[in-house]
Amino acid sequence: MFIRRLPTFEYHSPASVEEALTLLKTYGNKARVIAGGTDLLLAMKKRAVTPGHLVNVKNLKALKGISYSDKKGLKIGALVTCAELEESPLIREKAPALWDAASVMASPQVKTLATIGGNICSAVPSADTAPPLIAMGAEAVLTGPKGERTMPVEKLFKGPAESKVARNELLTYIQIPKQPQNSAAAYLKLMRRAALDLALVGVAAYVCLDADRKTCKDIRIALGAVAPTPIRASMAEQLLAGKELTESLAAEAAKVAGTICSPITDVRASLGYRCDMVEVLTRRAVMEALGRIKR
Amino acid sequence: MKNRVDITLNVNGGNYQLEIEPHRTLVEVLRDTLGFTGTKKSCNEGECGACTVIMDGKPVASCLVLALDAQGKKILTIEGLAQGEELHPIQVAFVRKGGIQCGFCTPGMIMSAKALLDKNPNPTTGEVRKAIAGNLCRCTGYQQIVDSIMSAAEEMRK
Repeated sequence: MFIRRLPTFEYHSPASVEEALTLLKTYGNKARVIAGGTDLLLAMKKRAVTPGHLVNVKNLKALKGISYSDKKGLKIGALVTCAELEESPLIREKAPALWDAASVMASPQVKTLATIGGNICSAVPSADTAPPLIAMGAEAVLTGPKGERTMPVEKLFKGPAESKVARNELLTYIQIPKQPQNSAAAYLKLMRRAALDLALVGVAAYVCLDADRKTCKDIRIALGAVAPTPIRASMAEQLLAGKELTESLAAEAAKVAGTICSPITDVRASLGYRCDMVEVLTRRAVMEALGRIKR
Repeated sequence: MKNRVDITLNVNGGNYQLEIEPHRTLVEVLRDTLGFTGTKKSCNEGECGACTVIMDGKPVASCLVLALDAQGKKILTIEGLAQGEELHPIQVAFVRKGGIQCGFCTPGMIMSAKALLDKNPNPTTGEVRKAIAGNLCRCTGYQQIVDSIMSAAEEMRK
């Protein structure tokens, strides 16, 4: 398929969040927010979307930076790039499942540009940062004309490429709560290539053990690329909650996870294969998370 | 209705004053306006790596960067590597180790390699493969490219 030049547009570079929100209000449906542009510019080249106005948020300080406090956990600005996630010792230490995702996304030359905010707001069902953020109980802080509001990342997805972030709002930062003792999370992505492939299946598992370090106190399993949005495998989680976590129990839960997803058949994989792979990756992700607690 | 903007781009150490339309991407301006045709526009969708240049020390897909957004950054293209007639060690290694066949992927490959070696002067072959994971090559089968980069790394450590 021949990719054309970009359509024309007017480019605005606000210096503050207020200015950005005013621009979004002024131009309404004709405006789109642009950060890294790795998703939006491509959609524009394909003429899937042709905004007359682009609001460049890359100068907004409020959307930048990674910080951690014991009280609030990890704060990740929407503009943090996937490369920054991968290179950050804080992310590697405090949110390794998110690091897992960053390390298997796109390619070095796309990750320098692509942002975590963009990954969430583009709301592609296979978005790699979504399952780990959901598994870790992350929340998104959105700034709009009426001020800030907080939403669990899990609730931000409406459908394929349809985000619940409103047109007049900006995703400002992601907050990952301090992870409890005896807990860990992992993200596994099934790809056909070593890079630049969307996930055929993506599974994030968060396991929290009791003080005995055997019984599963809390479990969250998030699946990507196998439904119109990233989803939780609640039925699989219920099988594990409160029980001693063994490989055979993980395998049973994985089997359930494989039945509750609703993938499509497309150029990357068939529906049946994806369901089978959900089962495989769920078992592996749960065991990997368990292994990380024990280390 | 032509809507042109004045920008200054810093490419290979030189400053260029330009008047461009906002929708022009960096690869287009580098090639068509500035004549730096070493960088290739191949897939135009950020999937092949042929347009890779280095921006503020990091590799970027220049087909996905608006020329406007490249202002205030230091851009390095393949043309910026050689010092006059003297090739950069990475370029020498590619020539010596058979890393170049048709040459189309080469500028992008070399820029990805430079970005890696500037950050990690002693990579493993696994790290090299990861660094060029975003660069496609139809000719070599990649092995000679990995060999070239490993050889360049060794030379540059001397």
